[in-house]
Amino acid sequence: MRDETAHHEAALADPMLTHPVAIRRIVWENDDTFTLTLDTSGLNGGLTFLPGQFNMLYVFGVGESAISISSDPARSATLDHTIHRVGTVTTALAQLKRGDVIGIRGPYGSSWPVSAAEGKDVCIVSGGIGLAPLRPVIYSMVRQRQKYRRIIVLYGGRSPLDLLYRVELERWANESDVETLVTVDRGDSSWKGHIGVVTSLFNYIKLDARDTVAYVCGPEIMMKFSVDELERRGVPVEQVYVSMERNMKCAVGFCGHCQMGPTFICKDGPVYPLGRVRHLMDMKEL
Amino acid sequence: MEKEDLSNIMRQHPFLAGLSFENMQTLIGCASNVRFTEGNQIIREGEVANTFYLVRTGRVALEIELPGRGHIRVQTVGPGEILGWSWLISPYRWHFSGVAVAETRAIALDGECLRGKCESDPQFGYEMLKRLAVVMEQRLDATQMQLLDMYGTAPAGVRA
Repeated sequence: MRDETAHHEAALADPMLTHPVAIRRIVWENDDTFTLTLDTSGLNGGLTFLPGQFNMLYVFGVGESAISISSDPARSATLDHTIHRVGTVTTALAQLKRGDVIGIRGPYGSSWPVSAAEGKDVCIVSGGIGLAPLRPVIYSMVRQRQKYRRIIVLYGGRSPLDLLYRVELERWANESDVETLVTVDRGDSSWKGHIGVVTSLFNYIKLDARDTVAYVCGPEIMMKFSVDELERRGVPVEQVYVSMERNMKCAVGFCGHCQMGPTFICKDGPVYPLGRVRHLMDMKEL
Repeated sequence: MEKEDLSNIMRQHPFLAGLSFENMQTLIGCASNVRFTEGNQIIREGEVANTFYLVRTGRVALEIELPGRGHIRVQTVGPGEILGWSWLISPYRWHFSGVAVAETRAIALDGECLRGKCESDPQFGYEMLKRLAVVMEQRLDATQMQLLDMYGTAPAGVRA
């Protein structure tokens, strides 16, 4: 908790100040999703963050977009951001090349409470690009593997070609005893894995529900079905965390763009204990 | 395989969890143990649906054929799940094809035999129907989610 507060204060010290950083690497994960590795070593030796936090990335002359940090929190000299090309700013980001400079400010927002899962089983449920903000959680847990009991990753994507981080998922499964189950909504005859929605993967795992902490991130409808499934299997609501998404502008709770009911996602979220937002997930047009 | 061995195997399948001894005895008369190697076609779209499978190990891909696009895989069925309910619903024809994508072991239940027992023993028939209805509801929910193509685009308001 102390760490989380310190990080938040660091971000707020000058919340609107953008720093120039160079793009060190660009990896296309699939047709419309790419990972930018940014050189942050010039920012006081690196930019520290907590799993689940996001940065505002600024393409000069185009605009800003809130993007989750997807790299290992133990590495601060470079930061990865995995980006889905869906709008003006992300399309502009997709057109940049190695060495180009963009603006960065952050990190912002709440984080996944990784320490809450110590001594317990962990169930990570993600869909699509929702795996990106959870990747730092997996890095952190794998680094201190002995602190956790089972680590289960359930991951769903649209098709085999859309899946993110396939090499890493395989490595975590083989080398770090991470139970990884991947499914796709549709596949062709070359795909030998699961086909079906991510919640169908719950049929293949046996949860020790009372001693399981779950982290859920993906499209909101997927999260809704996933938390229903966790609830059905007896995981206590106070042990479930979700990451919400809305359009963020200022990232510090001033502008109100990301307001969801009584909460500002940029400041109070994006990671919430499920109990705090469960009722909001069922409201239409919120 | 002895009936007693088969009964023990069947009891472990989630679809039959908690089934009464009497109903299990009724069911076992229609059951046999089967194994498929990778690539085996288990059911074929359009053909008579006369078997109901309780998958124990492995994985079966359900496919539909789209003219000009070949076979599209829409779902897989794995350990603890069931394959096929067309044996219960007239005109008893498969709506999908099913191919083993890994070595698969299953309990095969003869559909005609099961229908006969459901007709002659309504309590048993209702028990089967209740269990199938749960699976059908789960599949319907899953299909709705797949139709949403929820990973395809970001929701309005979060496109930047």
